[in-house]
Amino acid sequence: MFPLLSSTHPTNNIKITVRDLNFYYGPQKALENINLDIPSYQVTAFIGPSGCGKSTFLRCLNRMNETILDTRIEGTILLDGEDIYAPEVDVVDVRRRVGMVFQKSNPFPKTIFENVAYGLRINGMKDKRKIAETVERSLIDAAIWEEVKDRLYESAMGLSGGQQQRICIARALAIKPEVILMDEPASALDPLATKKIEDLIQKLKTEYTIVIVTHNMQQAARVSDVTAFFYLGKLIEVNETQTIFTKPQLKQTEEYITGRFG
Amino acid sequence: MKPQAITEKLGFTSLIVASLLVVLILFGILANIFYNGFSVLSWEFLSQSPRDGMTAGGILPAIVGTFLVSLITIIFAVPLGMFSAIYLNEYAHQGKLVRLIRLSIRNLSGVPSVVYGLFGVALFVRLFHFGASILSSGMTLGLLTLPWTITASEEALKTVPKSFRDGALALGATQWQAIRTNVLPYAIPGMLTGAILGLARAAGETAPILFTGAAFSIPSLPKSLFDQFMALPYHLYILATQHQDIQKVRPIAYGTALVLIALILCLNVVAITIRYRYRKKARMAK
Repeated sequence: MFPLLSSTHPTNNIKITVRDLNFYYGPQKALENINLDIPSYQVTAFIGPSGCGKSTFLRCLNRMNETILDTRIEGTILLDGEDIYAPEVDVVDVRRRVGMVFQKSNPFPKTIFENVAYGLRINGMKDKRKIAETVERSLIDAAIWEEVKDRLYESAMGLSGGQQQRICIARALAIKPEVILMDEPASALDPLATKKIEDLIQKLKTEYTIVIVTHNMQQAARVSDVTAFFYLGKLIEVNETQTIFTKPQLKQTEEYITGRFG
Repeated sequence: MKPQAITEKLGFTSLIVASLLVVLILFGILANIFYNGFSVLSWEFLSQSPRDGMTAGGILPAIVGTFLVSLITIIFAVPLGMFSAIYLNEYAHQGKLVRLIRLSIRNLSGVPSVVYGLFGVALFVRLFHFGASILSSGMTLGLLTLPWTITASEEALKTVPKSFRDGALALGATQWQAIRTNVLPYAIPGMLTGAILGLARAAGETAPILFTGAAFSIPSLPKSLFDQFMALPYHLYILATQHQDIQKVRPIAYGTALVLIALILCLNVVAITIRYRYRKKARMAK
C-alpha cells in the first residue's frame, strides 16, 4: 500500500523514504512492513493509539533506537536517497542531519546559553562570536529569545515546561539539521504553551522537514500537511492531512479519528 | 489496652531499642578511645618519631606512612574503578561477559583482606619487584577498595537520567562526548564519595600492608615509594599485642587509635560533604 504522495502532493521532493521496515524489541515485532515517503519542507504527523509504534518508528529515523538494548531493524530508510543504516554511514552524521525533540523536555542542567551551544561545541565550533551568534539566531527561531535574552546565563532548569521545550527546539535548530523529529513535543504542556509550539512548527517548516508524533488529533489536523495513521505496529493509512480527516479511505482510520477507539 | 495496641507498642519499642543500641555501641567505642587516648595527644605525639622502644615520642612516621599508602591507593584505584564502571555501565553489551564481571566484582568484595595481602605479596612484591614498600601496600589496598569504587561509580552513573545521554546523542554527540560532557560531570561527585568511603575502610586495614611493606619500627620518614613504612593500624596492633611492656604503652596505643579514627572520620566527612552538595545540585536538576 503505497500512498502515492509523490503524485498527489504539491512538492515532488521526498526527504525520507522508508521501505519494508520491520523493527523488533527482542523477539517482539514492534513495527511491521512500513513503507512511507516523508516530503521535504512539510509537516508529517504520525497518529495512533498508545503502543502503536509511532514513537518507535520516529526513533528509527535518526537511529536513536540503537541506544535501546536488544533491538533489531530490517528494511531501508533513505535520507535524500542515502541509506542511513548502511555500514559505512556514521550514526553521528545521521543525528546531526536529523535532529530530535523529545516528549519530555530534557534541557541539560546547564545555563540556557550552554544548552543551545552544546551541539555547536561538540561539533567542534570554537569561535566564541560565531557560537554566540548561532545561539541567538536559534533562540529567535525557536520563538523564545524575547523571554530569555536577559537570563541567558541562568539555569535552563528554572524555565517553565513550555519554555524548556522551546529551548530544546532551539538546541536542535542550532546545529542546522535538515529534518526535525518531534516526539509528542506538547503532550506535557498547557494549551497556551502548546499553541506556541504549534505556531513554531508552522514557521519552521519553511526551512526544515518536520515529523511530529502526536496523541492529539486536533493537533495533527492543525499543524500537519501529511498524516500517517499507525495501529498495532502497522502503517494503516497515510495521506494529505485534509483528506485523512475528511475522507479517510479505511474504516479503521475513520473509527480512530472519530474517536470510536484508541 | 487492645491486644493490637500492645503488639504495636512492643514492636515499636524493640525497633527503637535496636536502633539506639547501634548508636550506643558506636559512641561507646569512640568514648572509650577518646577517654583513654586523649591524655597522650600533644603536638609532640603528632610530630615526632617513637623513642625508647616506643614508650615515648610520637607516631609521625605511622601517620606519614598511612597517608602515603592512602595516596597510592587513591591514585591506583580511583581511575581504574571509574573506568571499569564507565565501561560496564555505558559501553558494555549487557551479556554473559558483563554478568561474569559483575559477579566477580561482588565476590571480590567478600574476599578476606588477609588474602589480598598474600596476593599483593605474590603480585607486587615478588612478580613486579616493587619489594616490601609503600607502592606495594598502596596498590594492594587499591585492589581491596576496587569493588567499592566500581559499585559506587556504577550507582552514580545510574543516577544520571537517560535523557541527558539521549539529548546529547540526538545532537550528534559521539557516545564518549555524551558521557564526558553530559554524564560524568553529574556522576563524578557520587563516584568520589564511593572511592573515599572505600579508602576509609582500606586505611584501617592491617593484614594487607603487614605482608607487603609495613614495618615494625622505622624511626625515620620514608624517602621513596619503594621504602618500607610504618602505618597507624599496624603500629596500633604492635602496641596492643606485641610490645614487651604492653601496660606501659597502652595510652600510646589508645592515642594511635584516636588518631586513626580521627583520620577516617575526616575522610567520611569529606565524602558526606561531597555527597550533600551533589544531592543539592541533583535536586536542582529535577
